[in-house]
Formats: sequence, C-alpha cells, structure tokens
Amino acid sequence: MTREKIVETTKEFLAEEFEVSVDVIKDDADLQETLDLDSLDYVDLVVIIEENFGFKVEQNDFTDIKTFSDFYGYVEKKLG
Amino acid sequence: MRRVVITGTGIYSSLGINKAEVTDSLYKGKSGIIYDEPRKEIGFRSALTGSVPTPNLKGQLDRRQRKSMAEQCDYAYCSTKEALDEAGIDMDFLAQNEAGVIFGNDSSSKAVIESVDVVRAKGDTTLLGSGSIFQSMNCTVTMNLSTIFKLRGINMTLSAACASGSHSVGMGYILVAHGYQDMVVCGGAQEINPNAMASFDGISAFSANEANPTKASKPFDKDRDGLVPGGGAATLILESLESAQARGANIIAEVVGYGFSSNGEHISNPNLDGQVRSLEMALKQGNLNPSDIDYINAHATSTPIGDSFEAQAIHKVFGSETPVSSTKSMTGHECWMAGASELVYSMLMMKNGFVAPNINFENPDEFSEKINIFAATEERTLKTILSNSFGFGGTNSSVIIKQYD
Repeated sequence: MTREKIVETTKEFLAEEFEVSVDVIKDDADLQETLDLDSLDYVDLVVIIEENFGFKVEQNDFTDIKTFSDFYGYVEKKLG
Repeated sequence: MRRVVITGTGIYSSLGINKAEVTDSLYKGKSGIIYDEPRKEIGFRSALTGSVPTPNLKGQLDRRQRKSMAEQCDYAYCSTKEALDEAGIDMDFLAQNEAGVIFGNDSSSKAVIESVDVVRAKGDTTLLGSGSIFQSMNCTVTMNLSTIFKLRGINMTLSAACASGSHSVGMGYILVAHGYQDMVVCGGAQEINPNAMASFDGISAFSANEANPTKASKPFDKDRDGLVPGGGAATLILESLESAQARGANIIAEVVGYGFSSNGEHISNPNLDGQVRSLEMALKQGNLNPSDIDYINAHATSTPIGDSFEAQAIHKVFGSETPVSSTKSMTGHECWMAGASELVYSMLMMKNGFVAPNINFENPDEFSEKINIFAATEERTLKTILSNSFGFGGTNSSVIIKQYD
C-alpha cells in the first residue's frame, strides 16, 4: 500500500470512529490530543487499525507514535 | 415513613417513542407486534416480536458515551430523558442534588454473544474494543445512565426476571420512604434482539400464531397459546413529597404500596399463594381495601398457565368487579421492563381518564370469566391503580399508585 493510500484510509476511519473533521488530521499534529484519546480509546484504535490494515498493533507500540506522520510511517513499516 | 411521589415518567416501546404516542396507542388498542422473518432463518419457533425503533443518539451523546451502551441502554436513555424533562430536572439540578438510579434489567445477551463471536473469530480479546465490557454486564443500563446524567446516589441494577422493573420501583420507593434518598430514577429496560429471546423461544413459551401477529398476544383468552416478546424502556422519577414540594415540581401521582413475595416452588410455574401474598401486602402497606383499587394492570402474558393463576389470585383478593386489563395484549411481554412500563401505561390511563383494552380477549376460560376484564377501551376515572409483575423463579411484585391529592 502506498503512503498516499495509507494516509487517505487512515483519515477516513479515524474521522469516522472518533468523530472529528478530516481537516484536523494533519501530518505533524499530535495524535492523542487531536483525537482526544484516553486509555479506552486506544483499545478502539487497535480494533479499527486491525479492521482496516489487517494487523494488530501492540499497545506498547503507541509509545513511539506521537504524530499522525509517525503513525503513517509505522503502518508503512508494518505493511512493508 | 415519608410520602413518595412521582414527578416524571418516560416511555419508549412498541406502542410509541414518547408518552403522547403511547397514550394514543393505548387508547386505540393498537398492537406493536410484528412478524420478524430473520428470527425464522436462525431457528426460532416463533418469529413474533414487539417492534421498537432504534434511537439515533448521535448528536445527543458523544462517542465515548454511546460506545458503552447496549441496545436497551439506548431505549433507557430516551425514556429517562423524557422523564427528567417532565420532572423539570436538568444537569444543574443533578450536579447540586443527589439522585439515585435503580433499573430492572436481567440480560445483555446481544453484547455478550457478539463479544464471544469476535473472540472466537479473531482469537484476541483486545479486538473486542472498549465498549464490550460495559455493554455486556447486567448493570449496563444503570452504569450508563448514572454516567450520562451524573447521578450520584444509589446506583444499581435489579435482576428479578420479569418482575425486575416492578421491583426497581418498589426498591426506589423503600429508599425514598425511609429517607435514604430524596430522589431515585427508577425503571426497566429490555433488549428486543433475537439473541435475547432465543432461549425463551426454546422452551416454547412464545405464541405460534404467526399468521396474525397483532392477534397473537391474547392474555386471559381461552385460546391463548403463549406470549410474544416485547421491549424498550420505561422510567419513573420517584421523589420524597418534601423534595418535590421544595422545588415546586408538578406531582403526578404517589406510590402508596409495594408488595412482594417469592413462591419458593417451581422455577417457571406460578403459584396462587405467592401472588395473593404479594397483592395483600401491597394493599396492607397502602392501608387500602381491595375495593379502593380502580384498575389492575395484570401481569398476564398470554401463557395458558400463568394467566389462569393470576385470574385466580385477582378473584380471590378483589372479587369480580375491579376492572382488569393486560396491556401485554398490545405490547407483548416486555420482560425486565414490564413492571416499570406497565406502571407508566397505567399512569397515562389515570391522567387521561380511560382503561386501555385487553385486546384479543374474545372468550374467557373458567378462571378469567370470574374477573372483570375490559376487552375494549372505556372512559373511566382512575384514582388508584395496581400493577402486577410475576417472574421466573417465583418472584412476585405488586405496586399501587394513587393520584396525588
């Protein structure tokens, strides 16, 4: 999957799941702050990532994911 | 003991999604029962069910709130919002005053079954997501209502089979009457999906009259052949008289009696002694004579054995004159919610001056011919009503409500 497609898919499912505008999902924005994630929301994030990209994120992996750009890079690596 | 009044009610059921719609259905004797083909496809003996629309709560509740709510919580949110609005209670009031919540609910089958399906398919519990645990527990309704409405008093779910909703009102009444709480949000909620009803269908408890859905539930009629499942939610705001007066609330009615008993016998068959004790206890507590009761909303579910025992119990305690009807003829059996919803139905009749019909009651049997069942709507002043609920395991509950003087 190309990075462009990863970004497009991610924006779509995050906006849908967390009920935010696609416009606020910017590459350098903080993922936790933008989506207003608490510990329970991270569980739901694991679920929708698995549904959309077919792999399961271990919760510890989120430690290194600060921005959306970090997330796209992480997905690229996992799918790579 | 303090006097306990009702200052708000709400209803969401197969008869309508608010009190105005439900009052109209009750008056017209309109059935909420349908034939639901998908039940047949998954092996149901009877595909009959009450039909309850799915509320769209997006825009009313945020994602985090909705995520934790099982189906019956959606209904309970709607009925509770309506009840609180009628009672004139807003979030500011609840932030300043302690209100409790007790709801009858005895299953959350859909959430449990779907979570098991996911775990079996994915082999990973994390993939259940965050909402599953909060939807799956029996206390899902009170857990969610207390969180949404910031209720800070007693917080519990009452599970007592088909008497759950009635006992929840009874327990709220006890807590307010004895001064433990000034206000308790009481009610009952019932999921209506096939998962919730499969095991009930499995014991052949449901009517097989699939050709005539609106005619299938016929409590007390000699040709009744089983119940029809229904669902939704109902809410009653119970409050001490002092609390209601202090805030200038509109007082709708007063809870004056709560009787209860357990049969201590068979797990599904009723018993006359238990029902009679429940009725007599409610009357005694209200310091009432049987002739003081203007209307009995019967538990009668349309099962051959259940209705015959209740007809005998009513005849033994009240004789042959007191008006009786079972609104389950229109709603089907709303199970965990029934005790609460039938109190709301009865209060709507009280407010609007009529007895709702026991539709489909065409021919009595040897027991129902001895009591005064209203098969058609009748304009009538109702000052004091009694509602029965009897559940599996022999749990019995009778609640008496009186117009407020």
